[in-house]
Amino acid sequence: MSNIAIKVESLSKQYRLGDIGTGSLAHDINRWWHTIRGNEDPYLKIGEANDRTRSGSSQYVWSLRDVGFEIQQGDAVGIIGRNGAGKSTLLKILSRVTAPTTGSIKVKGRIASLLEVGTGFHPDLTGRENIFLNGAILGMRKHEIKKHFDAIVDFAGVERYVDTPVKRYSSGMYVRLAFAVAAYLESEVLIVDEVLAVGDGEFQKKCLGKMGEVSKGEGRTVLFVSHNMSSILSLTQKCIYLANGQLVSDGATSDIVDLYLSNNNFVKDVIYTAEPKETIPNIVKASVVTKGKNSTHICGEDISFKFSLHMPYETTGMCLSFQIFDLKERAYVYNWLFDSEHNFARGKGIHELECSIPNFKLYKGRYSITVHLAEQKGKTYFGNIENICPFEVEMKENHEWGWPEEACAMLTDCKWLIKSE
Amino acid sequence: MSAITEEWDIEIKPKSKLFDLHLRDVWHYRDLMWLFVRRDFVAQYKQTILGPVWHFIQPMLTSIMFLVVFSKIAHISTDQADPIVFYMAGNVIWTYFSTCLTNTSNTFTANASIFGKVYFPRLVLPLSIVISNIVKFGISLLLLLATMVYSTLVNGYSFYFSWHWVFIPFLVAMMAGIGLGAGIIISALTTKYRDFTVLIGFAVQLLMYITPIVYPLSYLGGKKYGIIVEANPLTYIVEAFKYCMIGQGTVTLNGMLYSFIIMLVMLLVGTVIFTKVEKTFMDTV
Repeated sequence: MSNIAIKVESLSKQYRLGDIGTGSLAHDINRWWHTIRGNEDPYLKIGEANDRTRSGSSQYVWSLRDVGFEIQQGDAVGIIGRNGAGKSTLLKILSRVTAPTTGSIKVKGRIASLLEVGTGFHPDLTGRENIFLNGAILGMRKHEIKKHFDAIVDFAGVERYVDTPVKRYSSGMYVRLAFAVAAYLESEVLIVDEVLAVGDGEFQKKCLGKMGEVSKGEGRTVLFVSHNMSSILSLTQKCIYLANGQLVSDGATSDIVDLYLSNNNFVKDVIYTAEPKETIPNIVKASVVTKGKNSTHICGEDISFKFSLHMPYETTGMCLSFQIFDLKERAYVYNWLFDSEHNFARGKGIHELECSIPNFKLYKGRYSITVHLAEQKGKTYFGNIENICPFEVEMKENHEWGWPEEACAMLTDCKWLIKSE
Repeated sequence: MSAITEEWDIEIKPKSKLFDLHLRDVWHYRDLMWLFVRRDFVAQYKQTILGPVWHFIQPMLTSIMFLVVFSKIAHISTDQADPIVFYMAGNVIWTYFSTCLTNTSNTFTANASIFGKVYFPRLVLPLSIVISNIVKFGISLLLLLATMVYSTLVNGYSFYFSWHWVFIPFLVAMMAGIGLGAGIIISALTTKYRDFTVLIGFAVQLLMYITPIVYPLSYLGGKKYGIIVEANPLTYIVEAFKYCMIGQGTVTLNGMLYSFIIMLVMLLVGTVIFTKVEKTFMDTV
């Protein structure tokens, strides 16, 4: 008897793009006509890989195509991949929200899936009523919920509010209660989507801890999807890497995460280009150069920013500066080049400028830059170019406590002095 | 690992056999069914002052309206029954059927947010709707009794009490069966093409007029369009309900048998279509 808990065999899922209307009715009739004559579905032969950035010729895409893997019982397995790689589709099929187009999945034991916290919570019902309702939706029997009721309330820390309708809860309390119910599910397989993106840091840690407990302590199989490499690294031993609906690789987490980081690239074009202007100076090209492939910066490595400046006339007072913003438009770094400090771009034509930052310890996250261009002499502002050159910062080593989101803006070198009495 | 045959608890495959209805799964989730019933009932009247009293007001106003329009203005006979009792009885059973039908018919569209996130046998939801409507039916049945008492004391009709009342649960079950069957068929059809949601609203209204609610079946005797009413399986249940409850109505064995067979067919067809659709409806809803 082998210990395989989940066996996925050549799993595929096809989606139809576009509206549902008379066009899809025609396809449905055609499909039905083929089925009653005993033929194969004609639309299964077509379809393209799910690359969202290019427009395709087919109305059908394969969100998953021929994915197969096995998961041992008691393993904590991470599923990683870019947006649109098929992670969510895989989870949906595993949690039986939708059926695959072809292929099969075989599972030992019960599956509990947590694609969202608080599914079925009714705002008008009290915390107590919602615990029972949500628990039952997730597949628990009433006596099981009763058994864990106190533990759930305690874990969520909402004892005082347990008889208040959940619509009066703060969003944090709501999420805590919802996760707490799921944490006490008695199932052999637990599927968790990125539900930890909500809640405060302390609670996130608690959830991660609970999940770790679940997979290590109780011998349960955990499937975990996240964009957060640090939680993947700290929670899982094995990883499945999907890209465009196909399995790229599976194996030990650290290897797969490395592979993922080196392959990962942004959908957005990272090199900004513009036509030179006749009358005013402008930036014709801007790019970010990172050590990691495709503008992924690894925290602590060198990074540099390149600008090509077109000058239609001669001047002696150019100013160029750029800020690094995160996705929430918070500025972290401001760098500048003033002619008064360092002569540059005095003649006509194209000037190449490069700003390199050694051992740049920006904290993990997604960033982009905004470039400002001005002429000091005439006090003329030539405007800015916002949100260009997106790049992502990843932490390479696995931190003992994991790397929580938004823990800080940057890391710095430091020295500790330790004295013991 | 060639010869080892393994035991799998769950197999997820694209298609299942036609009659693989996982009714055992539904049974396992019976607690959820009750909680949904409770949720429906509790949530509906939170933050209302009158609460369940609304269950009295709805059928009462409708019955009074029927009384004015069909009895006072149109002078349609209600046989020997007091008109208000007659309309109330028709109303009570009809409301049960129509709420079962309309509420179950949007099962998929109304619960897409839950269905999209977690698996449970989808049949649990329409079943819970039918059950929670039984509670509401019970309340309006009390109102009917109250009206019968009123009619005895004030209008001078004799209070009808009979051992036939024991058949009422069966009649309600048949109503529930047809409502559920039709409801889940429509809910399955609406997942991809929404045309039926538009249809259901006025179809229920029209259906009421070919069911003997505002007139007795005997009123149609010999009229040529009576065949439409006779073809309606609901006719016999409504007539039987009125016969059992207030002693007015036409009950025939053939009619009951016809209704019963139609109910079984609808339930079977409904469950088969429903379980077929529930697997992939999230892709199209």
